[in-house]
Amino acid sequence: MRDKDRTDDKERAVEGGPPRMSPDEARRRRGRNIAIAVVLGLLVILFYAMTIARLGENVMNRPM
Amino acid sequence: MAMISDRLAETGRREAAGAAQVSVSGGSVGDYIALLKPRVMSLVVFTALVGMVIAPGHVNPVLGFASLLAIAIGAGASGCLNMWWDADIDAVMTRTARRPIPAGRIAPGEALAFGITLSVGSVLVLGLASNWFAAAFLAFTIFFYAVVYTMWLKRATPQNIVIGGAAGAFPPMIGEAAVTGHVSLDGLVLFAIIFLWTPPHFWALALVKAGDYARAGVPMMPNVAGPDATRRQIMLYTLLLAPAGLAPVALGFGGAIYATVAGVTGLGMVALAWRVLRRREGEAAVKAAQQLFAFSILYLFLLFATLLAEQALGFGSLFAGWGR
Repeated sequence: MRDKDRTDDKERAVEGGPPRMSPDEARRRRGRNIAIAVVLGLLVILFYAMTIARLGENVMNRPM
Repeated sequence: MAMISDRLAETGRREAAGAAQVSVSGGSVGDYIALLKPRVMSLVVFTALVGMVIAPGHVNPVLGFASLLAIAIGAGASGCLNMWWDADIDAVMTRTARRPIPAGRIAPGEALAFGITLSVGSVLVLGLASNWFAAAFLAFTIFFYAVVYTMWLKRATPQNIVIGGAAGAFPPMIGEAAVTGHVSLDGLVLFAIIFLWTPPHFWALALVKAGDYARAGVPMMPNVAGPDATRRQIMLYTLLLAPAGLAPVALGFGGAIYATVAGVTGLGMVALAWRVLRRREGEAAVKAAQQLFAFSILYLFLLFATLLAEQALGFGSLFAGWGR
């Protein structure tokens, strides 16, 4: 890491901001973010499917 | 309890020290998946599926899939908590030094939070998808592996993997409980097979990796009782395992193909355990232990795969009705 980057990171830390990330760190964070989005999406589908499966035929049985 | 609070305080100190340098996680998605011990998870899914398939009764495919997923995630969560606790000894063992926590890619606190979140989530999903008895059983299994085995037995007694092996043997019973809401003799027999299989499997590895375990201070049987006593115990457990492998036939959920597979591979296990017992020196001893370790994996896989295939293909049981 260059001296200027170190100084920038210290300044950011003092200001309360996030430190500068290397391209590799940024790539890994993007990967984690995508994974979390995919997992949340799959959980929505899973809970929907579980609800329908639990309700079974009663899902169509609505009193008029 | 003091030990756990000490470890939590240590994790907190590391997090505080780490926060001064890095405020973002450094782990990749692959590192988080590695925390879940995917190979152990696949074995758990496989054995739990067999437990579900042999259980009398019907389960909705969607709810069955959700239950299996919850059991898998629960197993992964306990593996994650195991890695959090054991990071110090993982760092000094060649087999485990590259794991995400000792390698510095994931902070201990992140692994702890990840493990607890997945534990709670998996138990809740299993409860909603199947029943709360199965969910409670999964919660107990996670507790047994993460606390009883990892935090207590592993560093305290050479019987660590014998008693702790119960955690790895519970999944077929959880699978059965997810379908029926209770546990029967069938599930108990599958439990017994994995329980009796664990000592020969792990002690064969421990004979080869005794130096690693000694460096890490883990009291595995070869380090405490010596290699020869370990070899005798491997033989003893294998002699119990081979007939236990045939119990599904007597209980009526294993058919003719299973009887043949369990009989032949059971004899193979006994033959390899005998070789481990007889070859005690040099390269031959190492090779014998490695062969038993490798074959034990194939043995368990073949037993459960045959049960699964027989149920899926609808082959009749050899002694249908016996013991039921």
